[in-house]
Order: sequence, then C-alpha cells, then structure tokens
Amino acid sequence: MITFDRVTITYPGAAEPVLRDVSLVIPEGELVLVVGRTGSGKTTLLRAINGVVPHFTGGRMAGSIVVGGRDTATHPPRELADLVGVVPQDPMSGFVTDMVEDELAYGMECLGLAPDVMRRRVEETLDLLGLADLRQRPLMSLSGGQRQRVAIGAVLTAHPRVLVLDEPTSALDPGSAEEVLAAVHRLVHDLGVTVVMAEHRLERVVQYADRVIIVPGQGQPLLYGSPPELMRTAPIAPPVVELGRLAGWHPLPLTVRDARRAAGPLRDLLVGHTPHLRAVPTSTDALATMQRLVVRYGPVPALRGVDLSLPPGQVVALMGRNGAGKSTLLNALVGIGPVAQGSVTVGGRDPRALPGSELLGFVGLVPQEPGDLLECTTVADECRAADRDARCAPGTTRALVALMAPEIEDGQHPRDLSEGQRLLLVLCVVLSARPPVLLLDEPTRGLDYPTKARLARILADLAEAGHAILLATHDVELVAEVADRVVILADGEVVADGPTTDVVTSSPMFAPQVAKILSPQTWLTVDQVAAALGPVDGPAGAGLGGEQAG
Amino acid sequence: MGDPRWLHAAAWWGWALGLATAASRTTNPLLLVLIVLAAAWVVHARRPLAPWGRSFAFFLRLGVVVIVVRVAVQVLFGASVGTTEVIWLPGFTLPSWLAGVRIGGEVTLESMLLALYDGMRLATIIICVGAANSLASPTRLLKSVPAALYELGVSVVVALTFTPQLVTDVERLRTSRRLRGRSTHGPRAIAASAVPVLEGALERAVTLAAAMDSRGYGRRGTVTARQRRLIAVALLGGLVAACIGSYALVSAGSPAVLGLPLLILGVIATAAGLVVAGRASTRTTYRADPWRLAEWLVLGAGVAVAAGFAVFGALGLPGLDAPVDPPGWPTLPLVAVLVIGLAATPAWTAPPLPPGHAASARAEPAALELSA
Repeated sequence: MITFDRVTITYPGAAEPVLRDVSLVIPEGELVLVVGRTGSGKTTLLRAINGVVPHFTGGRMAGSIVVGGRDTATHPPRELADLVGVVPQDPMSGFVTDMVEDELAYGMECLGLAPDVMRRRVEETLDLLGLADLRQRPLMSLSGGQRQRVAIGAVLTAHPRVLVLDEPTSALDPGSAEEVLAAVHRLVHDLGVTVVMAEHRLERVVQYADRVIIVPGQGQPLLYGSPPELMRTAPIAPPVVELGRLAGWHPLPLTVRDARRAAGPLRDLLVGHTPHLRAVPTSTDALATMQRLVVRYGPVPALRGVDLSLPPGQVVALMGRNGAGKSTLLNALVGIGPVAQGSVTVGGRDPRALPGSELLGFVGLVPQEPGDLLECTTVADECRAADRDARCAPGTTRALVALMAPEIEDGQHPRDLSEGQRLLLVLCVVLSARPPVLLLDEPTRGLDYPTKARLARILADLAEAGHAILLATHDVELVAEVADRVVILADGEVVADGPTTDVVTSSPMFAPQVAKILSPQTWLTVDQVAAALGPVDGPAGAGLGGEQAG
Repeated sequence: MGDPRWLHAAAWWGWALGLATAASRTTNPLLLVLIVLAAAWVVHARRPLAPWGRSFAFFLRLGVVVIVVRVAVQVLFGASVGTTEVIWLPGFTLPSWLAGVRIGGEVTLESMLLALYDGMRLATIIICVGAANSLASPTRLLKSVPAALYELGVSVVVALTFTPQLVTDVERLRTSRRLRGRSTHGPRAIAASAVPVLEGALERAVTLAAAMDSRGYGRRGTVTARQRRLIAVALLGGLVAACIGSYALVSAGSPAVLGLPLLILGVIATAAGLVVAGRASTRTTYRADPWRLAEWLVLGAGVAVAAGFAVFGALGLPGLDAPVDPPGWPTLPLVAVLVIGLAATPAWTAPPLPPGHAASARAEPAALELSA
C-alpha cells in the first residue's frame, strides 16, 4: 500500500538529513505504530506519506514514496486527499468549519462528491465513530476526545485507504484515549483501512499494533518488525514490557492480561516484600492552601469548593478528566482567573494581590504550552532575561540548564529544541527565582520515556530540596513514578485525596500497568519491583520465566 | 413559521444589510434606536446556541465605544458649528497652515449633537452587521458563495475566524508574562506581546493551510492554464470596467456616454468569468440550504426597509434628520416607524431553529464550558 524506496529527506538549512535511505513496505490493512524519541523524524515520516513533506514544508527529498500507486513527487497533497487521510497532532488546528457535520463533509466537498453520496457517508461516519449526538455541535464546545474523533471522522468520509494519525492520544485523559483507540481498532478490523500512527504512550497502543517502526533518529536506519520481536530490545518500552524483560517472560507479553497470566511466580516471589517508598516529610505548615475555593466562568462553576494544601517536600499529582478543572486550579494558585468564593494563599499571601515581579518568589507555573514563556532568539539570551526577571546573580539560570539538560547549547533557538528540552529550559527559567511552590500543567504531553524519566528524577530532587510540587497530568505511569500523593478532581470537586498507592490502585482508570499486573499487591513501578528482587542478573531472571515457558 | 430549520445565511445577511442601508439614510436618533431594537429583537428570537451566537453583545458594546469616541473627538478637535456654547476647554490656536484643526477651545451644543447623531448612525450600521454575524456565522454564508468565488471567500472567512483567536492569544501572552515575573500592564507589555501574537497567528495560518491542502482544498478539475488565464482576465477586467463605468455615471464632470456602456460591459465580463470559473470548479456543496418562502420574507423585510428609507430621503420626509442647528427635539415620523416595524418581522417569519440550537429556548449551557 505504502512503499518507501531509499528515501532521504533534508530540511532547508539543515546539515544532516532527518531520514536517511529509508526503504519499507507497509501492506494494506495493517496498523503500524511509529515510535521514536522526540525529534527523531517520526512526524517527518508521517507527513511524507501524503507529500506535505516536502511539498509544503520545503526541503529536499531523494528516492520515492508511492502510495496506492501514486508517487508523492508528482502528486501534491490535495491530489492524494481521496487516498490518504491525515489527522494532525492538535485536531483543532486542522478544523476548517465550525460545526461537526460541516467538518465531516468538508473533505468530500473538496473532492466534488455528489450531495447524496456525501449525505450517506456523513451518516455512516457519525455512527461508526459514535458522534451522532454531536452532529450539530460547534467544534469549539467539544471535549478533547470528541475533537479527536471528529478529526478522524472528517478524513474518513473521503474513504481514504490510508489513515495517518500523529499522537492521537497524547493530550487525552485515559478514558477518552480508549474511546479514540477503540474507534481506530474498529476501522482496521471492519474496513481494512491501513493505519500509520505515531504515539509516545506505548502502554496505550502497543497491543493494537501489527507492526512497529522504530525511528532511532540521527539518520540511523529504521527498525521494522512485529511488536513482540522489536519490544524485546527496543530502547523505549512500556512498563508491561519492562516488567516482562525483568522477569524474563517468554513470549514477551504486550498486554496487561497476558502479563497477569505470566505473573503468578513473580507475585509469589514478591510476597513478604513491600514497595520501597520515598520518605515523605510530615510537616504541618503548608506552603500553599486553598479553602472552599469556588471559581466560576459565567454561570458554570469550574471549581466547586476545593480544599487543598501543599506541604513542603511533597510531589502531589492532580488527575481527572479533560475539563475537570485542573488547569483552573493551577491558575488560581498563581492568581489568574476569577475567584467567586473561598480563599487561596501561597506563602501566606493572596497570589492575586502579588504583582508579576513578586510572584516568582512565591510560586512558579510551567504551563501546558511551555513555549509560550520563551521569547528570545537564543537560549543564552533567554537565560539572561530570566536572571533579570528573577533579580538573581547573572548566570544562575544558565547553571541550572547545565545541570538539568547539559546538551542544550547557548546559541540554539528555543524553537529548534525538542519538546522535552524546551520543557526543561522553561522549568529552569521558572526555577531561577527559587519559588518554594512549583506547579506543572501536563508536563509529559509529547515526551518520550527517557525525557520523562529525567523529569521524574528532577522533580524528586526538587521535592527533596523542600519544594512543594503540584503536577496536573493524565500520565498514570509518571504519577506512579514520582507522586507521593494523588488528588483526583471530577467536575470541579475533589473526589479523592491520599497517598499515591491507595488512590491509584483502587481505580481501574488511574492504575499504572504494574499495579494492574501485580494486584492485589501494591507495586506501582518496575523500579520498585526490581529493587525488591535485589540485584537480578540474567540467569536469575531467566529462571523466573522458565517455569512459564512450558 | 414552518418546520424548524436553519434559514439560508444569505437571507440573514441581506436583511441586515437592508437595515444598515436604512440606518445610513437617517440621523434621527429615535429612528436609529428603533432600528437597533428591531435587530436586537430578531437576534433574541432566532440566534443559535453557538459561539458566534453570542457575538451580538460584543457588537452592541462596540457601538457604544464608537459613539463615545466620535463625541470625544468632536469635543477635543472638531470644527465648531453653531453658537450655543456648552463648555469652554483650555486650548490653543494652531498656526495658519493648519487652519481648520482645533485643539480645545469652545464646545457648542450643535457640534456635540452633530457628533452624537453621526456616531449613533455609524454604531447602528455596525450593530446591524453584528446581528447578521450572530444569526448566521460567516462560515455558513460561505456555503452559498458561487463556486468561482469560493477560494476568495475562504480567505475572508479564515481571516475572520482568526480575529477571536488573536484575542485568546493576547490573553495567553499576558499570562505568560505574569508567569515569568513581569508586569502585565502598560505600553511595554503590549509592545512585547505584539510579535509573538502575530507569530502565533501566522503559524496557525500555515498549519491550517497544510491541513486544508491535505484534505483536497484547491483541487483543480480539468482547467487548462489557458482557461485559468481567461477567467482571471474576464474577472479582473470586468471589475475594473464596472468601477470606471459607475464612477463616470455618478461624477458630474465625465461624459455619461462613457459611463453606461463601460458599466454594462464590465458586468457582462464579470458574470461570464464567474460562470466559466464555476463550471471549471469540481467542488460540491453538502446539504445546501434551500431558498424558500421564509427566505424571501426575511430578505424582503430588509429590502423593504432600505427602499422605504431611500424613498423618504428622495421625498425629503420631515423628521428623517434631527434638527441640529438650531438644536431641537427630534420628531418621530409615523410612516418611518411603520417601515421599521417591518424590520422586526423575521422574528416571526423566519423558521425556528432545530431543537437544541435555539438560544432563546434555554439558558446558556454547553457553549460556556469551553471557557472553563
């Protein structure tokens, strides 16, 4: 269906090609998962399928890409629109109309289909993706999961034979992500659509994939194969695979269900051990508190009477559906947005009364789009500006950057940094004034596993140093790794607040994979299990799995 | 009236433009207020429950701002009319080469009334456009644009949708400045946010363009390069000819012989270009809005109001312009009031919106959640 023949792509001004000498064949009806570190060229690979790279982005392409018999060199994206449907990373950025039904029809109008055909396909697609109730809704009023499904539907109506999805679930809460993936799964199985999907959250998608393409980056050759085979050695793997590798299970399980079947001996071995938890300092003086906080936007309450306290040295995770009020809560702590009732104090002061210049001495927030905070043209300038803003000794921020992300160079443009590097740079900028309270809004959106692990270590160190950290996230694996306490918001109210282990293991939605595999025991991460088993070397691990092999 | 459905967007825009045309013919504040009331009543009755449905309030506020600015400019700089002095502002006379421009000085009742009525007229025109905007979003109007003009229409609509987006961007940047420990007010803050806001808008435009291209926008059927050139010449040349023709017709100095033939030629060329381009386009329209009796009634109401005021103007109806010099109370010509009454009829003649979309039936639910 899709054939890459010795494809090399170089962006204008770049010294090295993003993809070098890529040859691969994707057969019809397969679900192919593309994984790789951020900045490795995954998105380039996806966007080359319908010719947006290089027709739209510029750059040089050698070799040929043929999709369904059409060469992308001679067919611009619009001539491939009936064959390849592309859903961009942020669905909102690709919407042309403003109502669900019109958006579904837009592509077909461009293709010039007859009105009765359009009518029929819109109805079919509404049913297929469960959008019938939303058909007349404005796109602006939809939730994240609904938008993603509309974006998929909008390209599906043209009946493409290839569907390209760029991180379809990275911004979604676990529930909405499952909705979207179920829809994709159905397309592959019922309609035989070929799906090429990039995703960082392997734990959500790897079990659906027929093939995996690993893009190592730096122009190194791609790895292409079946998931169990590639996952055995892949540099990035979901927790279920890492646990399987640790225990030496064979065949390597990719789903929680398979892993549970294999996990009997491991569970027996772990009886009598308890997970090693970070000692959480017990302090009564909270650095930030909220009392019966009510925030309203118009007549709709976004927060209804929230009580919360952030003691020093704790990492608190804030979870909940898209639109549950997480961002509103973080904004209230930095004095942004209306407060209808109740009180917020940070370091004994009302954040709304603090002018911008004093705010950073009390609390820092890394927003959902960290790039918003950067405005200089080089990293060095950005660091100097941060020193000035925070009124600290010149070089403070630069030293922090050197500590947290040593590979970032002075002369780089912040825009050219990878998603993860940009996040760390912004974190350094915010930390330059040493705010005792640190807030992060969805820091792991679009981050790969290594960067996530690095962030987890940094957050643990900061907590150790006495910062109070509040982290809004959908990423259950990150929560399992770093959070001491979890607060779950639903509909603007706190519905759970307690130690991580208690809260996440009791909820099927928020439990990490390791907890699901080893329940009723309360292990949360692979590291915890590894530490409890002691230094497991190859043979011991193999022995553990040997009993299962037969 | 009739089954619940969406009224054709062009009918709403035609109605609103009719009201705006009528408003441009009068400076009587009572009539202007009546026109705004008629528009507001129709909006109240038939606006949809969608983000753009709430834009009428914004246009009302914009209207007030326009009036205030117009009066303020008159008080500070405007040339004085009449003799009834209201207040004397400290000012100074400018050198003779700037004669006509005044700063401060005498402010008369006459000049203030003049400015007030003028501002009200402009505000009413803006509010009428706002009414159309909240009754039928520009995107809905795009559905009925002739195929040949579609691409031009798209650029206008995309530009229009970016305006609210810019407001959100400015808000976001103010937040970022606060998070970096900087002041969020003052001219420096505004200047610093200009570049990132424009950058953001540009980036979004490029993303949207790529997305539209991937979905088949701009696919050309079987138009040859020669045909395309022909269409461009016909459209452009026709428009230029029509412009020159109409200018020659209305301006006193030029020969009328030149005007009419040029105008007719221009219109014919443009129409031909549109037809050829429309045939070449492969686009189709999903669920094109039908044009039925209700559309005629709504459009007719707008046309009738505009025509009525044009006739009043031609006949010199007393009371169409409020007395300014000497100042006096505006009168209310009954016949004009009756004509404005026609403007409010779409509140009944337009079909109700499909269930779940009428903003008048329920109090604001879903649409607000997005801001939360």
